[in-house]
Amino acid sequence: MKSVEELMAIKEKMKGNVVLRNEADGIRVVVGMATCGISAGARPVLNAFVEAVNDLDLAGKVTVTQTGCIGICQFEPVVEVFEEGKEKVTYVNMTAEKARRVAEEHLRDGKPVVDYTINNTSL
Amino acid sequence: MKELSLYILDITMNSVRANAQNISILIDETGDTLDLEINDDGCGMTEEQVESLSNPFFTTRTTRKVGLGVPFLKMAAEMTGGYVEITSKSEREYKDHGTRVKARFYKNHIDFTPLGDMIESVITLIQGSPEINFLFRHKKDGCTVELDTAEIRAILGDDVPLSNFEVLAWIRENLKEQYENN
Repeated sequence: MKSVEELMAIKEKMKGNVVLRNEADGIRVVVGMATCGISAGARPVLNAFVEAVNDLDLAGKVTVTQTGCIGICQFEPVVEVFEEGKEKVTYVNMTAEKARRVAEEHLRDGKPVVDYTINNTSL
Repeated sequence: MKELSLYILDITMNSVRANAQNISILIDETGDTLDLEINDDGCGMTEEQVESLSNPFFTTRTTRKVGLGVPFLKMAAEMTGGYVEITSKSEREYKDHGTRVKARFYKNHIDFTPLGDMIESVITLIQGSPEINFLFRHKKDGCTVELDTAEIRAILGDDVPLSNFEVLAWIRENLKEQYENN
């Protein structure tokens, strides 16, 4: 059974590991989680980002958050990536697999995955 | 939607957007019925708003003019011979404001949507709103799976948010073990 002791251990571990995040320098990944997003498959996309950010050790610079309807329901799951000083990148028709690739190439290596962006999708 | 757990995630998002501090998600499976209850202490709705809920052209959102959350849930419940009941107290009129969504599903009906992965829906809610107190309780054939994020927060203190990856992983494993041991 996952015990309270293990939870305490996480707490202790985090004590010496407080990330002083400067929000302005960070990358914000925003996943649309309204009815449209959820029915199109946003739940596994969100969880794939959360997992990839941890696996790739990006927690210090990337935050994954949720939002409501972005207004382009036909392209859900939609993910927006915000970074200070750069233009917003909007990914459409996302899947968990695509999320993994975006995490590696865009969030880690700094190169947006053009194949998945709204600009590259026929409207 | 393919899973009832996705409807539950979607409906609970309404409570999150209503600025609730405390949200409970209760599932009770007995015999061939599945009863769902979602309670929140959010801003609530007026009588008029509650009445217009099953109308897809009612929404408080401004990005578009159609709200399908409640109509979807209603359709899923009614297709099995069940129902959805919503009661609410608006913060404009009540101190003990909030909303209760109750739904009944008949599991043996051919149109019943399987519950699916409830753990992932709970994790998604906590990830998005680590500051909210979520109580999740799933009773099935005398067994209970339960998670209270207020208890977890009390242990962790203020330094570690519930959206922390390792905390989410702990919660996921904890729920998995509870389901397996039942």
